[in-house]
Amino acid sequence: MDALLYLLDGLRKSYGGPAVLDLDHLEVQAGEVLALVGPSGAGKSTLLRLLNFLEPPTAGSIVYHGRTFRDHRVPIAVRREITTVFQRPALLRGSVRRNVAYGLRLRGQRDDRRVEQMLAQVGLGDRAKAHAQRLSGGEMQRVALARALVVEPTVLLLDEPTANLDPYNVGLIEDIVRRQNREQGTTVVLVTHNVFQARRLATRVGLMLSGRLIEIGPAPQFFESPSDPRTAAFVRGEMVY
Amino acid sequence: MDEIVRGLVRAANLICTADPAVLEIVWLSLFVSGLALAISTVIGVPAGAALGLWSRIRVRGLITVLLYTGMGLPPVVVGLAVYLLLSRSGPLGFLGWLFTPSAMVLAQFVIALPVVAGLTMIAVQSVEPGVRLQVRALGATRWQELVAVLREARVGVMASVVAAFGSIISEVGAVMLAGGNIEGRTRVLTTAIVLGTRMGEFDLALALGIILLLLAFLANAVLFWLQQRAEG
Repeated sequence: MDALLYLLDGLRKSYGGPAVLDLDHLEVQAGEVLALVGPSGAGKSTLLRLLNFLEPPTAGSIVYHGRTFRDHRVPIAVRREITTVFQRPALLRGSVRRNVAYGLRLRGQRDDRRVEQMLAQVGLGDRAKAHAQRLSGGEMQRVALARALVVEPTVLLLDEPTANLDPYNVGLIEDIVRRQNREQGTTVVLVTHNVFQARRLATRVGLMLSGRLIEIGPAPQFFESPSDPRTAAFVRGEMVY
Repeated sequence: MDEIVRGLVRAANLICTADPAVLEIVWLSLFVSGLALAISTVIGVPAGAALGLWSRIRVRGLITVLLYTGMGLPPVVVGLAVYLLLSRSGPLGFLGWLFTPSAMVLAQFVIALPVVAGLTMIAVQSVEPGVRLQVRALGATRWQELVAVLREARVGVMASVVAAFGSIISEVGAVMLAGGNIEGRTRVLTTAIVLGTRMGEFDLALALGIILLLLAFLANAVLFWLQQRAEG
C-alpha cells in the first residue's frame, strides 16, 4: 500500500480546441480507491482514457510504475495491466461466457475455471450461455465488470459504472469493487457524479471542474471539511461549474 | 406464353439430365464469379475495415467517393477498360489474358471490389464506437481491435459479399467484352443467355435464365443462413 502507482505532471489534453483536461499534478497510490467527482464535462472520463493509455496526452507526462510515458507508444504489456469499465457496457455479440473470456483470449490465455468463478462472483453463474445482448442493464454491467476483472488487472478504472442502474445492481457492483480492492489489492479509480457512491467506496476523493482538479484528499476530509467552497457546495448537492 | 412454358420444361430437362454443355457453362460461371468474389473479399474486407476504422487515413474522403462511384460502375465500361488493358497493344497485353477466364475474373473483380470494400466500410462504421474503445481498454492490439470490430460487423460484411456476388453473377457486359463469349472457353450463363436470345432460341435462353436465378437463390440462401447464424 501507499506505493506510488501513477504520477501525472502538467498533463493536458485538447482535441484541437481549448483543453478539456489540464492537471498540474496528480498522484495515484497503489491499492487505493480514488474517486473523481464532478459535473459532466469536467474532464473525468478524458482522464480515465489517459490513465488507460487509450489516448496520448497533448502535453505533460504520465509516470506509471516508475516509467514515463508522453505519447501513444505504450507497450501492450503495460496497457494490459489496466482495464476500464465504461458507463455503457459495450458487450460483444455472443454469449456471456464469451464476453467474460474475451480479455483472457486477447492475452492468449484460456481459463474456463476462472471465467466460471468470475461469473459466480458477479451473480451470473447460471447465465453463462445466455446471449449477452439479451441481458438486463444491470446484468450487462456485471458482465462488463467480470470481463474487466477476470484478467486480474493492477488498475481498474470505472467510468460511471452504475449510472442508470437500480439500487440492487448498484449494491452488487459496489460490493464486487470493494472486495476486489480489499482482497486482490487492485487499485481503483472511479469516476462518478454520485457523491454518495464516492463516500461509500473511496479512500480518497477529488473534485474536477472544467478539466482542472479543484481539490483532492482523504474521503473523510473531503466530505467533512473541504477546503474549497466549490467542493463544499458540490458535496451539499448544489450546482457547481 | 408457349415460350415460357417450353423454357421451363427445357430448364427442368437440362437440369435433370445434367446436360454437359450446360454444366460446363454453369461451372465456368461459378468459377469466374467465385474466384473474383474470393479475391475481392480477401482484399476488400480488410481495406474497407481499415477505412471504416481509421479516420486518420489522409485521403479517406477521396477513397470513399471513389468507392461509392465504383459501386455503381457500369459493367460494360469495366469490360471495355479491361479489354483495352489486356489487348495486344494495351499495357497488360503481354499477359495474354484477353478472351480467357482470367480476363473475366479480372473484370468481375473490378466490379466486386468497391462493393465489398464500400459496404464493409459502412458496416464497420456502424459498429457502436464504445465497442472499439472497450476492446482496446481490455488490452487489444490494433490487429485484435480490427478483428473484433469485423466480428461485430459480420452481418454487414456478409451482406457486402452477398451484394457483390449478386452484382457479378448477373452482369453480362464485362464478361462479354473481356471474355468474348467463346463456346467451350469463356461462355458463361449471362453471355449464353444473350446469345440464345439473339439466335431466337428463347427456350434455351429462358432455361439458362432459370438456372442462373436458381444459382443466385442458392448462393444467397447459404449466405442468409450464415448471416442468421452470425446474428445468433
